[in-house]
Amino acid sequence: MQYMLLIYNDPAQEPAYGTPAFTEMMGGYFAANERMQADGVLRSGEGLQGIETATSLRIKGGKAETMDGPFAETREHLGGYYVIDVPDLDAALTYAALIPSVHYGTIEVRPLMTYNPAG
Amino acid sequence: MTTAVPGSTARTIAVAKELDRVMRADRGRLIAALAAGLRDLSLAEEVLQEAAISALGHWGRTGMPNSPQGWLLQVARRKAIDRLRSAKRGKLQADALAVLAEDEAAPEADAIPDHRLRLIFACCHPALEPKSRVALTLRTVCGLTTPEIARAFLDNETTMGQRLSRAKAKIAAAGIPFAVPEAELWPERLDGVLTAVYLIFTTGYVSAADEPRDLCHEAEYLMRLIDRLRPDEPEIEGALAMMLLTRARRAARIGPDGASRPPAQQDRILWDSARMAEGRAILARAVERRKAGPFQIKAAIADCQMADTGPDWLQIAALYGALWNHEPTPVVALNSAVALAESGQPGRALQWIESLADQLSDYQPWHAARAALLAMTGDHVKAAAAYCHAIATAPGKPEALFLEQRLELLALPKLPLDK
Repeated sequence: MQYMLLIYNDPAQEPAYGTPAFTEMMGGYFAANERMQADGVLRSGEGLQGIETATSLRIKGGKAETMDGPFAETREHLGGYYVIDVPDLDAALTYAALIPSVHYGTIEVRPLMTYNPAG
Repeated sequence: MTTAVPGSTARTIAVAKELDRVMRADRGRLIAALAAGLRDLSLAEEVLQEAAISALGHWGRTGMPNSPQGWLLQVARRKAIDRLRSAKRGKLQADALAVLAEDEAAPEADAIPDHRLRLIFACCHPALEPKSRVALTLRTVCGLTTPEIARAFLDNETTMGQRLSRAKAKIAAAGIPFAVPEAELWPERLDGVLTAVYLIFTTGYVSAADEPRDLCHEAEYLMRLIDRLRPDEPEIEGALAMMLLTRARRAARIGPDGASRPPAQQDRILWDSARMAEGRAILARAVERRKAGPFQIKAAIADCQMADTGPDWLQIAALYGALWNHEPTPVVALNSAVALAESGQPGRALQWIESLADQLSDYQPWHAARAALLAMTGDHVKAAAAYCHAIATAPGKPEALFLEQRLELLALPKLPLDK
């Protein structure tokens, strides 16, 4: 099964750039990537730029509304994701626990929708 | 045979009775065997139900098969294969088909692998809501019906039915495994399972005696099953021992006047000595394994409550201290404080209880304990107020009655001076 691991973070809770804790976090991400690749489960994964770079769009009554900032006004924001292919939820949770942000924020684990190629 | 022969009605009834017996005794095991391969509880339940309906017709014509359980399993598997083939869904279904195709022969009853532990871990998975875990375990492993579960948890049937469907759908969609967890996840997941079973037990313990399905009985059945499927595990033994020791006191829990009674004031003649002895023996075996855990500690506390000369409060206080290391919760602190008071330090205990006010002021036992400690330390006016609050929010009539009796024992001034 394919799962997306959505990484939600509160930037204020993350270690600051240049601190030893930051280096440790980056090392943790590197190790998690290596492990997912070595185990052959990693399908894709990206980090997102900060919410100050986000632009939200909705079309209402045919009229585009473009706004500065992310969609939801919450403390934790989507900061990146992985897509992995593993046998079950327990395996997905085990990989989710390797993502360093699990200590600062929340990792949401969601199965991808499977489309039936036969229609 | 085309014409009805005398006795065919009798045979149909006999077959229906036998089918009912097999389904009652082995439904959990058959569901577990099917679900482990299908990874879909709803489908497992549906195909087993269809197999049972087929059995009525077949067994009536051809007589009982050698292994009714094996027959049901085989027919249910074939029905699952038919459904999966016609649905032609994703990879999961293809995997399930491959598993099903492997074992097409009807196994002897003894040869059906017992996958109930896997089923229990799936039902009690932390990705499900706590209440759904309990309901699903009762439905699939114990075979309770949806109305029976709804009644036990004071829910309406529709709500409970929806809760069960949602949980089964999540197991299938989220890929919750039908597996005994790996060592890494074991302690957390086992605790989840034992907590769910214990919740079934406590729900039964406080419910009326005339409930059609006794949840204490179901919980004990489950805990014994888990202990048998995973022997020599000290926390499972601890949970079983706690349950047996607590259940041993059940007949004495409420006195002849209808008021609940704490263990110290119970009529010991009513304690179930066989369950006590078994509980103590299992606890002793668990403790010898030298891997302490919260359920073993709670069993030891239940044991100390039942010491020959009355509750051993010093030991109970020490055990709550040990429990705190595993579960640093305000409820454990409250129980610690009560044990401290009973072992001779009510003043210190009262201070401790007052310090928990912010966390526990919505928790009825906190008010009851505070009332008792205020009475113990001589502040009867404040104790009366606390008793009144505890009575108003008591979980049931026996508990309220007990507290009213305690309230009457207070020496209240005839004309309380203004304060």
